[in-house]
Amino acid sequence: MAGAGRFEGFDRRWLFLVVWILVMVPLVRPLMLPLVVTPPAQAYHDAIEAIPDGSNVLLSADYDPGALPELVPMTKTTLRRLFSKRCKVVVTCLWNGGPGVVDQAVRSVAEGEFHLTDGEDFAHLGYKAGNESVMVLMGQGFANAFPNDYRGRPTAAMPIMQRVRDYGSIAMLVSISAGYPGTKEWVQQVQARFHVRMVSGCTAVSAPEYYPYLRSGQLLGLLGGMAGAAEYERVTGLTGPATRGMDAQSLAHVFVAVCIIAGNVLQWTRRRAAAGGARGQP
Amino acid sequence: MKREVPLLVTAVIGIFMILSFFVPHQAVSVPADFLLQCAVIVVAFGYVLGGANALRINIDLISKKAPNWQYKVVLLIGLLTMVVVGAVEGRAFQTPGTRFTWLYNQLYVPMQSTMFALLAFFIASAAFRAFRIRTAEAGFLAVAALLVMIGRVPIGNWATGWVQQLPPWLHWVQLPNVEEWIMNVPQNAAKRAILMGAALGVMATGLRVILGIERSYLSGEE
Repeated sequence: MAGAGRFEGFDRRWLFLVVWILVMVPLVRPLMLPLVVTPPAQAYHDAIEAIPDGSNVLLSADYDPGALPELVPMTKTTLRRLFSKRCKVVVTCLWNGGPGVVDQAVRSVAEGEFHLTDGEDFAHLGYKAGNESVMVLMGQGFANAFPNDYRGRPTAAMPIMQRVRDYGSIAMLVSISAGYPGTKEWVQQVQARFHVRMVSGCTAVSAPEYYPYLRSGQLLGLLGGMAGAAEYERVTGLTGPATRGMDAQSLAHVFVAVCIIAGNVLQWTRRRAAAGGARGQP
Repeated sequence: MKREVPLLVTAVIGIFMILSFFVPHQAVSVPADFLLQCAVIVVAFGYVLGGANALRINIDLISKKAPNWQYKVVLLIGLLTMVVVGAVEGRAFQTPGTRFTWLYNQLYVPMQSTMFALLAFFIASAAFRAFRIRTAEAGFLAVAALLVMIGRVPIGNWATGWVQQLPPWLHWVQLPNVEEWIMNVPQNAAKRAILMGAALGVMATGLRVILGIERSYLSGEE
């Protein structure tokens, strides 16, 4: 009872301090915990590797800076694999806060690492308002839905857009999404209608929602959150920010589990003590 | 006429768009394409309307010195700064090196990332203070949550690595395998049921709108 009572006025800033330490320490000194590649991440990798070299790919990066730590690493790893296979990649974004982050991720890989030419080897078409309407509209031609690219240049004149015209000309649709509009809408509006081969990378919180599509075969692979991104880095033989972040995430998860258990144990202790006190009264 | 015409337009366009899903002929796909372009333009106008509404409401609250009005001043300064700087930069406002890009990278990105990073702290606090197991169902939920949470990260694999020393038929008790089973079987079954229920609901609502039974979208009145 006395132990439980001590936590009545518990200052939650102590919890914040512990979380901060548990996140910061592994980032500075990695624990190198062993990472297992789960079947959805392996399937994602296998689907990407199965694309014939030099194919056209549409990558829709539907997120904003809030999902940056989870989704940018998997975006970059995916782009690295696609560019290694000499694929022509067209990138779109249906989140209005996201194109700036997506543009930096795409250019850091395409121009910074692979020295590719914008408009010939890849194109970032930027943001378009309209959510599902844009997805369906792209079925009539990508340049039709996106007349200008992210930097305001006409897309119809780009060499890459002569090859990548509509869903019929792409070998795969990669949806990296943080919510609505995202993977679910791409499956419902595009995969189901145009029968495009599709994989998805998403935030950990939205991954459970996409398991039915994975099991039905509409999604060929799925990366869930930073763990999924780290698994993909592992399977491709790269060590990136997601792998480095997994130790911190591990300790944070354990701490949240401890908080759930501790909170309930204290609650039960209090309840039992209160029941005992009530029985003792005349 | 004030109600009948919108109902007729909704019904005709609704039936036409359903038709366009099944009929790939040009006679259907070209007008459907035009209607989609119209939808995209309407959504874009929605942003203008939203911005104007945000200005009107917040200016009103500031002038009345409503509680926390100072935050609304910050909101308006942020809104107007981004709009004005973007407009001054012209068509290439998103090109690296522009003032708009600087504001996006130096203010918008770190602020939004910070907001989401704070979740880690509040989740820990909520787990300790609010996640109470009072019923058997809540107990199942808590156990599943704990198994998925730990099984999803490398520490779960490390902590149950000793399972690999056991006979192969016992390997399923390793946490990542348990987590994968929870995600693939009970979670997936529940999610499918929710998805199917939601899809049937959307179809029913769509039909009600097309047939003119559901009219609340017209003016909020039945």
